[in-house]
Amino acid sequence: MKVRARDAKEVWKEEFETSPTRDDGVETSTISGIPLKPLYTADDLPKRDEEMPGAFPYTRGIHPGGYRGRLWTMRQFSGFATAEETNRRYKYLLANGQTGLSVAFDMPTLMGQDSDAPTSRGEIGHCGVAIDSLADMETLFDGIPLGEITTSMTINSPAAILLCMYIAVAEKQGVPASALGGTLQNDILKEFIAQKEFIFPPEPSMRLVVDSIEYCAKEVPKWNTISISGYHIREAGSTAAQELAFTLADGMAYVDACLERGMRIDDFASRLSFFFDAHIDFFEEIAKFRAARRIWARWMRERYGAQDERSLKLRFHTQTAGVSLTAQQPELNIARTAIEALAAVLGGTQSLHTNAMDEVLALPTDKAARLALRTQQLLAYETGVANTIDPLGGSYFVEALTDEIERQAEVYFKRIEELGGVIPAIEASFFQKEIADSAFRYQQELEQKRRLMVGVNEFTVDDEEPMEILRIDPKLEGEQVARVQEVRRTRDQARCSKALAALRNAATGTDNLMPYILESVRAYATEGEIMNTLIEVFGIYTETAVI
Amino acid sequence: MPVDTAVRPVRILVAKVGLDGHDRGVKVVARALRDAGYEVIYTGLRQTPEMVVDAALQEDAQVIGLSIHSGAHMTLFPAVVQELKRRKATDIVVFGGGIIPEDDIVALKKKGVAELFTPGTPLQEIVDWLRKRFPQGGG
Repeated sequence: MKVRARDAKEVWKEEFETSPTRDDGVETSTISGIPLKPLYTADDLPKRDEEMPGAFPYTRGIHPGGYRGRLWTMRQFSGFATAEETNRRYKYLLANGQTGLSVAFDMPTLMGQDSDAPTSRGEIGHCGVAIDSLADMETLFDGIPLGEITTSMTINSPAAILLCMYIAVAEKQGVPASALGGTLQNDILKEFIAQKEFIFPPEPSMRLVVDSIEYCAKEVPKWNTISISGYHIREAGSTAAQELAFTLADGMAYVDACLERGMRIDDFASRLSFFFDAHIDFFEEIAKFRAARRIWARWMRERYGAQDERSLKLRFHTQTAGVSLTAQQPELNIARTAIEALAAVLGGTQSLHTNAMDEVLALPTDKAARLALRTQQLLAYETGVANTIDPLGGSYFVEALTDEIERQAEVYFKRIEELGGVIPAIEASFFQKEIADSAFRYQQELEQKRRLMVGVNEFTVDDEEPMEILRIDPKLEGEQVARVQEVRRTRDQARCSKALAALRNAATGTDNLMPYILESVRAYATEGEIMNTLIEVFGIYTETAVI
Repeated sequence: MPVDTAVRPVRILVAKVGLDGHDRGVKVVARALRDAGYEVIYTGLRQTPEMVVDAALQEDAQVIGLSIHSGAHMTLFPAVVQELKRRKATDIVVFGGGIIPEDDIVALKKKGVAELFTPGTPLQEIVDWLRKRFPQGGG
């Protein structure tokens, strides 16, 4: 039998080599540049014991039941204008079958400044919802029972403040912190590497991250304290292997920092979560997700000696690739997003955001947001892809590609270690240069038509109907400014000043800052006031810009 | 790319205005302009309109290229043009790029932004535009 199988391969090889090949000049490597064979066979399968879902190293998934047990959470990232408007959108999405909330904040909130700061002008409510104080957070979650829903919050430098606001809103609803479920992005390292929403220097930034992880381990045990993110690294232009390697390296840096604080690995590791991009190169993405689980499980067990099985399991959220979407013929984005979402599902994601077709132009309209959610529902309930666990496991090609991405990630881990770890590598602009180089290479490939984007550098049309997009009413800016000023006027000023003074004092020492931030939040100190108090002690970070 | 040594290359200040840190586009454009023979100075992130104009004057730039992805372009791009007027430096040409809807492009051009490039623009198109605008001086 064996001899005959080899013969068949020989025959194919001869036939392939003599048959005509396409000469359109389009690359046959993955979008990240991994060379691909035209055919994979049993010879490409790795020599290892059969892997099973729910068992180490979890390549095939962290749950023995896959999506038979539970579907992924359909979690659409959403937020715009004011807390009141966004609250309405949340209720709309929940009524349409969304299963978890995900808050998008506006730029001033992400950068830790109030709406009435001079540099907030023009930015309020544009790429997310404006939150200045607990008062806004109360409005944002009005009528939404926080004990019954899980919420993801995409915020980093001021993450601890927003988490405290969430805890404080829950208190007012009568829900104890111990009952809260959700995720805080809280991943400052990828901000230095890619998205650049840093405020404090790396060291105090890491202190705040560890403070929140330590605090939640005791007080908010069901909360995912951090969402270690490759999404922004990829969107900034990295390859799939860079996204994976830099993200997992960040993950290990957080583990190291928590261990240094004196925490035990199994006390916090199970609450670490991840967040990846689902880009358009279908198989490469599936391989990336599978490789991520295997690498993390191995490192957690072998390097950190984790005993609890939950510490080994890499759980992740996925968002389809914003960067793959086009402003040209934007309806095509529905198709792109569906394919990317399918890759995430075949890769075993725990939760998913599908981009709306108009997100390349503005924040999504109600209709576009619903279509994006419906795409996930279609995948879950019509296509049948959720019926079989890791359906591509054992594919010659996918298994070989999973191994290749794992190999490339390991090469990067060595380089980062040689540079002294993640923070020294950031300070040496290592990641930033790697990403910029990959982004530039891809752009050149597009210009040379070695890669095609439909509707952009090929298959273009001249006249396009403009798409209806969501507009943020400029009036909202003035209203939000008035609201934060009203909060400052009407709060118990003595309690607020006392809380901020205590926070400032604690920041100069080594106490966990979470209780101090929580008290400041309860006293209606604004986000900007809390950040400025910390900036007085920690200072701010400026990066060396590399092009 | 060879540059006529008799003519000083056009100096372009590329700047990220506003609060967002999405610098993929600005970096790709900066590299492409540099490769095309222009002198490129990149300001880094989070520049206010005042900081951008200060830097342009200090660097003796003839062109300012603005990048933004946060949606604040309708406030910040005209603010740069206004600041140039205030500093009597309206000879400096301002162009921009980012996620900018069609209607806003029309409005921004009326407010003195010379050209706007949106996602998917070939780099060559930006270079060609600059060459047309500055037939002498590099590029």
